[in-house]
Amino acid sequence: MRTFLAATIVAAATAFCVGGAQAQTGLLAQIKSRGVLTCGVGPGLAGFGIPDAQGVWSGLDVDLCKAISAAIFNDPNKVKYIPLSSKDRFTALQSGEVDLLSRNTTWTMSRDTSLGLNFAGVNYYDGQGFLVRKKLGIDSALKLAGASVCTQQGTTTELNLADFFRANKMKYEVVAFASADETVKAYESGRCDAFTTDASGLYAERLKLSAPADHIVLPEIISKEPLGPAVRHGDDNWLDVVKWTHNAMLNAEELGVTKANVDEMLKSENPEIKRLVGTEGKFGEAIGLPNDWAYRIIKHVGNYGESFERNVGAGSLLKISRGQNALWTKGGLQYAPPIR
Amino acid sequence: MSINQTGTVPSGKVSLFYDPKIRGYVYQIALLAIVGFLIWSAASNALENLRAQKIASGFGFWNNAAGFDVNQKLIPFSASGSTYGQAFYVGLLNTLLVAAIGIVLSTFLGFFVGVSRLSSNWVLSKLAMIYVEVIRNLPLLLQLFFWYNAVLKPLPDARNSIALPGSIFLNNRGLIMPNPQFGPGFQAVVVSFFIAVVLAIAFYTWSKKQQERTGTQYPNGSITFGTIIGLPLLVYFIVGQPLSFELPQQGRFNLTGGLQIYPEFVALLIGLTTYTAGFIAEVVRAGILAVSKGQTEAANALGLRAGPTLKLVVIPQAMRVIIPPLTSNYLNLTKNSSLAVAIGYPDLVQVFTGTVLNQTGQALEVVAITMAVYLTISLVTSLFMNIYNKRMALVER
Amino acid sequence: MTDATLENAPHAFVRKQTLEQEVAPLSVAGPVAWVRNNLFSGPVNSLMTLVCLYIVVTSVPDLVRFYLIDAVWSGANRDACLADKIGRPVGACWAYIADRYQYFIYGSYPVTQRWRVNIVFVMFALGVVWMLWDNAPLKKLGAFFFFVTMPISAYLLLLGGDGAESFLRFLILLTFGLAVLYLVLSFVPSLARLWMPPALLDVEIAATPWERFFQPKRLILMALVIFGLIAVLAETAGLPRVDTGLWGGMMVTFLIAAVGIVFSLPLGVVLALGRRSKLPIIQLMSVIFIEFVRGVPLITVLFMANTMLPLFVPQEYSPDRLLRPLIGVALFAAAYMAEVIRGGLQAIPKGQYEGAMSLGLGYWQMMRLIILPQALRIVIPGIVNTFIGLFKDTTLVTIVGIFDFLRTIEATLVDPTWSTPTTRATGYAFAAVFYFLCCWGMSRYSIAVEKRLAAGQRR
Repeated sequence: MRTFLAATIVAAATAFCVGGAQAQTGLLAQIKSRGVLTCGVGPGLAGFGIPDAQGVWSGLDVDLCKAISAAIFNDPNKVKYIPLSSKDRFTALQSGEVDLLSRNTTWTMSRDTSLGLNFAGVNYYDGQGFLVRKKLGIDSALKLAGASVCTQQGTTTELNLADFFRANKMKYEVVAFASADETVKAYESGRCDAFTTDASGLYAERLKLSAPADHIVLPEIISKEPLGPAVRHGDDNWLDVVKWTHNAMLNAEELGVTKANVDEMLKSENPEIKRLVGTEGKFGEAIGLPNDWAYRIIKHVGNYGESFERNVGAGSLLKISRGQNALWTKGGLQYAPPIR
Repeated sequence: MSINQTGTVPSGKVSLFYDPKIRGYVYQIALLAIVGFLIWSAASNALENLRAQKIASGFGFWNNAAGFDVNQKLIPFSASGSTYGQAFYVGLLNTLLVAAIGIVLSTFLGFFVGVSRLSSNWVLSKLAMIYVEVIRNLPLLLQLFFWYNAVLKPLPDARNSIALPGSIFLNNRGLIMPNPQFGPGFQAVVVSFFIAVVLAIAFYTWSKKQQERTGTQYPNGSITFGTIIGLPLLVYFIVGQPLSFELPQQGRFNLTGGLQIYPEFVALLIGLTTYTAGFIAEVVRAGILAVSKGQTEAANALGLRAGPTLKLVVIPQAMRVIIPPLTSNYLNLTKNSSLAVAIGYPDLVQVFTGTVLNQTGQALEVVAITMAVYLTISLVTSLFMNIYNKRMALVER
Repeated sequence: MTDATLENAPHAFVRKQTLEQEVAPLSVAGPVAWVRNNLFSGPVNSLMTLVCLYIVVTSVPDLVRFYLIDAVWSGANRDACLADKIGRPVGACWAYIADRYQYFIYGSYPVTQRWRVNIVFVMFALGVVWMLWDNAPLKKLGAFFFFVTMPISAYLLLLGGDGAESFLRFLILLTFGLAVLYLVLSFVPSLARLWMPPALLDVEIAATPWERFFQPKRLILMALVIFGLIAVLAETAGLPRVDTGLWGGMMVTFLIAAVGIVFSLPLGVVLALGRRSKLPIIQLMSVIFIEFVRGVPLITVLFMANTMLPLFVPQEYSPDRLLRPLIGVALFAAAYMAEVIRGGLQAIPKGQYEGAMSLGLGYWQMMRLIILPQALRIVIPGIVNTFIGLFKDTTLVTIVGIFDFLRTIEATLVDPTWSTPTTRATGYAFAAVFYFLCCWGMSRYSIAVEKRLAAGQRR
């Protein structure tokens, strides 16, 4: 018995050590052998990442996870979604629990550097705004002096809020909550005059209020919030995969390749489209994927414009206009480097 | 060990394998090795992970600018220029504030309910019983949600505040009171207050001695009260009433000016107080029941009324039984104040382990500091309570 | 004292005449007297009574009206609970609970797979009754079921997937192998000579092979049968993997509580023994662990489990998000359990230890056979009380993002489908009833055990 115990302990200890010393191979190779992509998403923000009653996830951020899964496995559903609160999303990414954080996360310098993250692009240009009751009768955030503002803690919102009121020399009271639900509840019950978060979030959270029409989003946008997917430092190949998945969706929209016509486009003679769908060149191999990677993405998920309209645009409850998120050719900011 | 003492063991050498001493050493060395290995591997993994993930480590963040605001703060703190270190102190002081007030209030409420449960008044004792059963069998978090969301939030909004006498307003932003402004010369009032306290204590000691010698009783209560209130009041008028109040004004959104007590604080305080009082009540009841009935009967036989019997005979003896569990209830209250994070009261956990951890990303350091704080509070409290306990303990001859 | 009569008493202060008899008091018994003695015996007491009665009279009818008379019992969405839609004052909106109760029980666990949760619930209830009911047969078997078979089965059933199925195959192979081994051994009694002391060997050989087989080997047989049944289920219905992210509601609350009790009890025993040990290093480490954990709030332990645990293990072994708070809760409960059990160990008279030693029992034999059975018995009330605390504390996992029962209630409160002025009060009342019934039931049980033990002590 005793020797058995000792043997077990030694065996366990050895396993532990070996495990610790195991060499790191590339994340892409690990995901391929694992057969599933783990994707950190929001705990439920309408339009960006939210599970329905059957636990099926959808949203703009979720579509990116699906696109990567489609590029790797030719199947958009080999994704394990891990809902993360804003408080522990970075720890989850840092600790390797998720391969990718696609959870409306703002790209800032400190996150890019000292938190050890790499942002792979911007899939939604956002900015922080305020939601107030109509009956307050104000039309500008500059008239919020003396107001109580509800916000979620552990976000850039908290810092922008402080900056905004400081810059405009206004007094205010901040009430910070740990979860988005608590924050909305506090705002709805009248604890605060205003609720602040990214404008996209304001539209989404407004749907949760019992009378959404009684609340308005103020016109001021007080910060730059480029939201995008993030990966860990130290695996450039994986960063490329995420970055080019996003770029492929943008390029597809620019070139007019959609979910519906992508099969026809395989026969296209346009060299740009040929490079995109993989009928010319070996661009997929360069990032460790098959050459029809972008074809798979468009086939299963669609291009950026389709994803946008389906999740947050006219085809959704949120009805957010493209605005800054239109393609550069249409006066927006979305611009992808060419595939060549 | 016992084998050595019995002496029945044959004089021949015991096999090393069965020698209890040797075995003891082996066990301990094995345990040390296992624990050491666990710590070493955890530490090396942590270092490895931190390096791989390029997370900054160390306590350098302490002096970095915080850049966020906190609503309730006992020391000056603002987004401009304050550091994470100051945020830590803001949180710590808020924790200590709610814990200190909670301890005082829950002691009063707990003693009242505990004594009520033993009361001969049937209605009172049954009500006290229901209170204790309900409070003790529901999770504190649920009670906090109840107080915060169901009781305080339905209060009227700032424009329709309930006006109480003395320019005090109650609304869903909290309780807004006139803010005292201390003019020059107010220090004299504070000083006179302390002098009055010293005088009162001196008089009390003297009157006790007199009573022991001559049996004369002095009106201790009214004299103490008169000195402590009267003297500062007198000084206050002499130096020309150096106290004014800043009254709350109706602003666009809220009442501005005045001293504001936030609903998060009130909800946490009510929740902690009522919850802990339920436990203290049981401790008090057990303590009183532990005093044998003969003591009460003896006091009655001496002619003491119910009041003095309780005060002079029962409570002092019950306190010996009550104090140890009372201490652990105080500690529980302090630890439970960390639930503040659920309702947005800026205590240590909310400000430091919540916001600061997220802004800096340094989980190891922040969680370690937080734990160290609670551990220190626990150890210091139990130290003081042990000293007090020793003084209260039965001196046996 | 002399037997002097009144007339010839020597002292002046002794009364010389007998007093007139006083009129009998109005009543010393009956309801009037009871009211007078218990409710209005003095001015303070009377005031108290009036205040209490006022509280009862003002609160109880309102509560009854709100939660029962004016309540809405059925409806499809919030329109059923809005006063201006149905044209009468509206109290509690029980329709909302009726609509969402599945979510409160199972969280987001896939609807088609919920039978798996139900089986685990039944096993859990069986295990609890077996452990707590004093006259239940085969207690040892019950303990084995509760502490070993049930947790493994729950893991297999709830999680499912390829990993669980291969583990199940291994378990069946293992238990089957052991059963065969024991069967062979019991038909060849002379083999028992190899490990049995001669004194016990006679008893062993005297029994029939079947007796020998069934007596001690029930544990393995039971495990074999249960794992076999699960394997049949897996073959017929299939056990696809259900990620822990989908678990929620009462299921998670019970899971945390069960993990807490199953792991904290053995761990608590070890820590308590360690703290009472005469070996300084073992004692020191136990004390440090116990005092450290008891000195910090559970929330910080949960934060530590959530944010620091993943840093302490190699990246590939980063624990599951649900597993982290489970580890935190188990360690936390173990420290409190250790202190309760230490109390029991200290209450065992020294004679028991000395008696055991004089029989020549070693340390572990003494503890296992003599001390722990007695010590654990007398601290059952303490264990149950610790467990009540643990059950209430399961709500804190909300704060690290686990969907326990309270969190599911909170989550439905922001759902516009049921957003009415009374939804919140209804949700909290439902949660309160659930927690109260569980905790109050446990505390009643603990009081009953205490009484029974006290009766045994009085004799």
